[in-house]
Amino acid sequence: MASVPVPGDVAKKKVAMHDGFLKHAGYKWLKIASFIMLLSIVSYLFIDVSPRHNGGSWYGYTLGTIGAGLILWLTMLGVRKRAMTPGKWSLKAWTSAHIYLGLSLIVIGTLHTGFQFGWNIHTAAYAFMMIVIISGIVGIYFYATIPQSLSNNRDEMTETQMLESLRSLDRQLHEAAQPLSAEHAALVLQSLEQDPFGGGFLKRVSGKYPNCATRAAQADLRRERAYQPRMGGDDPLDKVDALLEKKEATLARVRRHLRLKALLQVWLFIHVPMTFALIASLSAHIISVFFYW
Amino acid sequence: MADKFRVVIVGSGPAGMSAAGRAAQLKLKHVLLEKTDHLSDTIYKYQKGKHVMATPSQLVLRSDMDFDAGKREAILEIWDKQTEACAVNVQYNAEPVKIEGEEGDFTITLKNGDKVMAETIVMAIGTQGNPNLMRCPGGDNKLVQYQLDDPGEYYDEHITVIGSGDAGIENALGLAADAAQNNIVTILNRSPEFARAKKANVKLLMEAGEQGKVDVRTETTPAEVKDGELVLETRDGQETIKCDRIIARMGSAPPRKFVEECGIEFTSEDREAYPKLTPAFESTKKGIYVIGALAGYPLIKHCMNQGYDVIEFINGNKDLKPADEPILEKKFADLPGGKSVDEWLEFFRERVTILNELSSLQMREFMLDSEPRRYRRGEVVFEKNEPGSSLFAIAEGSVAVEIDPNDPSITVPIEEGSIFGEVGLISGRRRGATVNAAEDLIVVEISRTAALKLQASVPAAKRAITRISTERQLLQMFGSGLTKDDISEVVEGSEIMNVRAGEAIIEEGSEGNDIYVIRVGSMVVEKKIGGKPVFLSYLPAGSYVGEMTLIAGGMRTATVKAAIKSEVIKINGDAFKKVLDKHPDLMRKAKQEMASRQDINAFVEAKKDSFSGVVDYYSGVANFLVDNGIGEATDVLLIDENLCVGCDNCEKACADSHEGLSRLDREAGRTYAHLHVPTSCRHCEHPHCMSDCPPDAIHRGPDGEVFIDDTCIGCGNCQRYCPYGVIRMDKVPPKKPGLLSWLFFGSGPGPGEPDKQWAAENSDPEVEKPKKAIKCDMCAGINGGPACVRACPTGAAIRVAPEEFLTVAKLEQEDA
Repeated sequence: MASVPVPGDVAKKKVAMHDGFLKHAGYKWLKIASFIMLLSIVSYLFIDVSPRHNGGSWYGYTLGTIGAGLILWLTMLGVRKRAMTPGKWSLKAWTSAHIYLGLSLIVIGTLHTGFQFGWNIHTAAYAFMMIVIISGIVGIYFYATIPQSLSNNRDEMTETQMLESLRSLDRQLHEAAQPLSAEHAALVLQSLEQDPFGGGFLKRVSGKYPNCATRAAQADLRRERAYQPRMGGDDPLDKVDALLEKKEATLARVRRHLRLKALLQVWLFIHVPMTFALIASLSAHIISVFFYW
Repeated sequence: MADKFRVVIVGSGPAGMSAAGRAAQLKLKHVLLEKTDHLSDTIYKYQKGKHVMATPSQLVLRSDMDFDAGKREAILEIWDKQTEACAVNVQYNAEPVKIEGEEGDFTITLKNGDKVMAETIVMAIGTQGNPNLMRCPGGDNKLVQYQLDDPGEYYDEHITVIGSGDAGIENALGLAADAAQNNIVTILNRSPEFARAKKANVKLLMEAGEQGKVDVRTETTPAEVKDGELVLETRDGQETIKCDRIIARMGSAPPRKFVEECGIEFTSEDREAYPKLTPAFESTKKGIYVIGALAGYPLIKHCMNQGYDVIEFINGNKDLKPADEPILEKKFADLPGGKSVDEWLEFFRERVTILNELSSLQMREFMLDSEPRRYRRGEVVFEKNEPGSSLFAIAEGSVAVEIDPNDPSITVPIEEGSIFGEVGLISGRRRGATVNAAEDLIVVEISRTAALKLQASVPAAKRAITRISTERQLLQMFGSGLTKDDISEVVEGSEIMNVRAGEAIIEEGSEGNDIYVIRVGSMVVEKKIGGKPVFLSYLPAGSYVGEMTLIAGGMRTATVKAAIKSEVIKINGDAFKKVLDKHPDLMRKAKQEMASRQDINAFVEAKKDSFSGVVDYYSGVANFLVDNGIGEATDVLLIDENLCVGCDNCEKACADSHEGLSRLDREAGRTYAHLHVPTSCRHCEHPHCMSDCPPDAIHRGPDGEVFIDDTCIGCGNCQRYCPYGVIRMDKVPPKKPGLLSWLFFGSGPGPGEPDKQWAAENSDPEVEKPKKAIKCDMCAGINGGPACVRACPTGAAIRVAPEEFLTVAKLEQEDA
């Protein structure tokens, strides 16, 4: 019926474009990284270095140079991400390469040590590298699992809209609490005055706010009302109760939102500083190696 | 009775004031009538501190008053001073209500009963004060009013406010403010958001809506006014509500009634039409001259020049060339023959059929918006698949259209006087064929806006363009060596139909063998499987549907409905069958296409049971996207929220690629099944933003992108017209320090859009930067393409064209 035939090639290209960073270009970087790792392991087993495998042999130097180069290149992702230069690069491809080549460092770095560890700057550099890699793996896990929940939770609302709706609820609460008795009003005031997201890092990441004044206020109000006779008609407490309920639901959503956003970033607080520690210890490692040559 | 004036100027805006200034300089006995107590009410009513622009920049200002871009206050002050310095005779609080008499002896009656005598009159009253009327059936019902003086007057009524601007919102809120009045207030907005109004107003309205004080209905238009009732056209069909009063606040147009009562004729019945004028601005009523916005020129510079010119003309200066003469001279300079501007204008008007009926003033304005061009024999005018929405008219020579992409030697001629390129104009899609000059050629390239203006002011031009475009579209679509004569019967019997969004042109299971060609808009094809409609395919403008029953017989096999408001050409099936029977090539081609369609049908039918969930999901996504305007998009940014980590790197990249302002809002917008449509330009097939751009600064670029050029005057029209809210008005922030100095020394605000505070602290206080309209330009001219997609670390951001994305073929690939 249609006169426009389905552009098969283009459709395929578009679908291919719609791969995530892990699947990018048919797992191209996974394949490359696997090949590098395999090559390293095989050569490690087959090349006979006497007296034993060691960072100071020609083979060890080769692996070390590749590893150090990789580390520097991987660090450049931070610059690539922020430098919006023209050109046919894609940050997704960079991320994909960053992940798989970064993982290959586990093999390259470990083989470079020749499994010789000690309490020295060399092992320190190795340790930092492994911390960076492990935090990176945590990051991959978060990146792969959290976005869906983030999307579900926000339900087409933007963060600004969520905060705005909280402010609007607060305004309405303030108005609705005017006819209340002093002790009831004090409860509502608790809820209005508390910074509902304060309390530091652990609360943010866990999403648990045990001292939430809004929840406390609602619980207290309900507890008290259980003993009071229902008056019928327009009870101002009904309205306050409904508003507190709404506020709590909104708070829960914002807290989940902030928690998920925090999780998406929290691993970077280890990954990035440790990268700098790694580069510092790596420099020390390299200089000391050449100094004692 | 007072003395008779040589010239009376009505209205003291830029046009009237400039005219009065010239009259004073020439020592003509004159008076400037102003209905308020200050000069230039329109500009006076601009908000405080508004930056007034001076466009078009290439036009030379010719007036006794000065004018340059600047703050409203400064401009008004200069004008006040110069009006005084020129010794202009101004009469304030003088509103004419009647004009009688003939040239040399006019009597103007003012509102307060005074009479003013005049030999000639210059009307420079602008277009304020004539509200746009309701055009639906029953729009003249007594329920409808266009003003609301005191909202406190009304009690116990069902009141509907129409209009999404500040006036409408303020009226609605006023009517609903006091609960004791017991009014039930509804406000209608034809778009989904209140983009035209001030944010504070919108917020108040939304809160009033949540509290149940005002019933806020978006994407709703009035369909019919009945006594005590109002029928609404909503997204989900018609609905009738109780209604005792309608307050319509929908903008303004020329004050036609008053002008016509003075004896002045208009060019057409069209609401937006302007008075008929000679080149010297004289109306059909001898002795009355019309200038400024009422003459169809809303820009201040035009108005001031006309004020100067009209007084010179009245004073007997016959040799005065219009101020735009040098611009036209330059346009014609490259053409051979060394004719004068007037001769060239006449040349084009006589030879090009669709221009025949234009007045010389219209012709002049038309040429200002259009571009005369010459091509040598064999030169290419445009290539197939080039973007372009302009129309070409041949004044001398002829062209050859390549109709077979595989064999450029097969061409169809288009003769002198005719037009070409109209498909791009109508459908907004790329050029359908390559066009060469068959001999030395002189054409005029008519921009989209100029062509639309032409069609609105000259009905004959519209009819000619419609007929030619129907004929061409059919020829081009069916190809196979058809000629004009082969399809003349088909064209005669064809009919152009407007289709509302969601309306079906073909129903599954119904009878009928007509064929529909999509001229404007787009359609979706659906098939009922297991009682549920399954989305089969998306048809952009330029495709046709319905041939299956014509060829194979039987019932319609699928439903075809409009994704957005569309126009289709309905072709009589029997007439077309005759053409098919005569042309076996065409028949073969049609059968091939039919077969591919049947394949898709069969594929969906076969797969339905094995992965019905996938088919449902696909249908859901497709419908969601169509609902969100993807049906009129040509290229749209989508975000897969299964992958989006919310880093906003897309926004940062956008800002850093475009003078520090982001043109997309990632988080805002609708989401379905984790597919998110952010607030970002869809590059619509028929961009809403283009509909009323005073400097004509919005264009479609070489890659299909819709962009705004530097001539933007910051009026905000495009922002108001965009139904998707993707245009923002903002000042360009100062330049940031480089990335490395931020990385190492922490100087500057870092990547992305700088915050307002930093921008304010770091801009040069001496230079006042105007606000301009900012929107996505698809990173045209930036190597590598759209920055948002390149900068996405996880691959969540993709840009797609709807016909590539909305296809069942995706299912096959996902299945594979």
